[in-house]
Amino acid sequence: MKTFRNFSRHLIALTLGAMVLTVASCAAKNDKSIVVASTTSTQDSGLFDYLLPIVKERTGITVEVIAQGTGQALDTARRGDADVVFVHARSEELKFVAAGESLKRYPVMYNDFVLIGPKSDPAGIAGMKKVERALQAIKEKGATFISRGDRSGTHIAELNLWKSAGIDIDQAKGPWYQSIGQGMGAALNTASASNAYVLSDRGTWIHFKNKGELQIVVQGDARLFNQYGVMLVNPEKHSNVKKILGQEFIDYLISPAGQADIARYKVEDQQLFYPNANDPNA
Amino acid sequence: MPENASALHLVLTGDPALFAIVRLSLIVSISATFFAALIGVPLGSLIALTRFRGREPVIVVLNALMGLPPVVAGLAVYLMLSRSGPLGSWGLLFTPLAMVVAQTVLVTPIIAALTRQTIEDLWLEYRDELTAMNVGPLRRVRTLIWDARFSLLTALLAGFGRAAAEVGAIIIVGGNIQGFTRTMTTTIALETSKGNLPLAIGLGIVLITIVVLISALAWGARRAAERFSG
Repeated sequence: MKTFRNFSRHLIALTLGAMVLTVASCAAKNDKSIVVASTTSTQDSGLFDYLLPIVKERTGITVEVIAQGTGQALDTARRGDADVVFVHARSEELKFVAAGESLKRYPVMYNDFVLIGPKSDPAGIAGMKKVERALQAIKEKGATFISRGDRSGTHIAELNLWKSAGIDIDQAKGPWYQSIGQGMGAALNTASASNAYVLSDRGTWIHFKNKGELQIVVQGDARLFNQYGVMLVNPEKHSNVKKILGQEFIDYLISPAGQADIARYKVEDQQLFYPNANDPNA
Repeated sequence: MPENASALHLVLTGDPALFAIVRLSLIVSISATFFAALIGVPLGSLIALTRFRGREPVIVVLNALMGLPPVVAGLAVYLMLSRSGPLGSWGLLFTPLAMVVAQTVLVTPIIAALTRQTIEDLWLEYRDELTAMNVGPLRRVRTLIWDARFSLLTALLAGFGRAAAEVGAIIIVGGNIQGFTRTMTTTIALETSKGNLPLAIGLGIVLITIVVLISALAWGARRAAERFSG
């Protein structure tokens, strides 16, 4: 049994080692850090990769971003698992504030949605000025359309566009309308693989590497406007919310310096987000 | 991680972000395998060597849990660790420790089920001898585990493989936070969603290489130990 006693001793040493390693790697968590629930579009467009080191430099705050769809990000915040929520679905954000989940919503920036489609353009909509007309054509021709289907800001915007095009998508959807329930990048990958139409935010589209035969078919319609807002999770509902650091992060985003930093983010010489914290109607 | 970089380039230039990701992946998956072994080996042995009512259903469930979908394990751990959940006050959600917990939940049934089978087979072989020697139950278990150690190592490797390969659980409980809870598999998922398919597949090859290396190390250790113990 001597071997076994040796073995036990090794086992105990190993256990302690593993625990120390695990705890040490977790304790490395920065005290001056906040969790921000945000959307896949801000991550997939590369904005956070650019902005977070600047935030760290200017405020000393380490921002930990959880990139989810807007609906899921709001849920995460509602459960108290985030300090700040940074999303893009104005109607949902106002509901969030009305429900007391946050005390105030701050507009931060906007970009726009673009309708993406294959170069072969089976619905014949390339260059159209009115996105509603384009959607009607897609439906009439039964051209394949990829929907996010994940309660994200982009999905909510898409549903609103079908409604304003006079199409009840729940009634009208057929095999041509494919709801994939995934993030923006996944939807673009799917559209690229199946030569389909898809609604995307411009930031993710510009940053997207697997464009294949896809191109922008409709852009510039005022209905394609995409506003981002930021909110501190109500600290009265969740005592763990880091209200001082969270508010400091928000104050930076809407400050002249933060707004200028956002405006400076470019991919392939194109500005991706336009700051508008000063617009009271945004 | 720099944009437009190939995985090979990142490996050859020793990209610090890539190495931090690899390091975290290994720490999380190895810790999870370790804790799962601490629970799974005794649990599997216990089931192998005792007879109780409902034992067979327990074995069936345990075997089935080897196929527990990572996303279900992740969601369950998420609901436990969320601020609104029962363990919310621990503040573990979106930390590496939460990922260790989720992967431990995934790996424990694998190790327990494989241990159960191994020990039970060995018990059939040793039963007469151990009964004749009239040793107590605890020493029986010790002897069986010790003599089955090389087979149990394979069970641990199966568990580790599961942990290192999964993305569904850790992306839910870890949140894929850059520089904090981002691992190999969540990075691959992220790069895929960015349409950066060459980098994603390159990172996949790096991941497979690491798993093969660990398997080779374990195999080498086993051979050395076998020779040592004659």
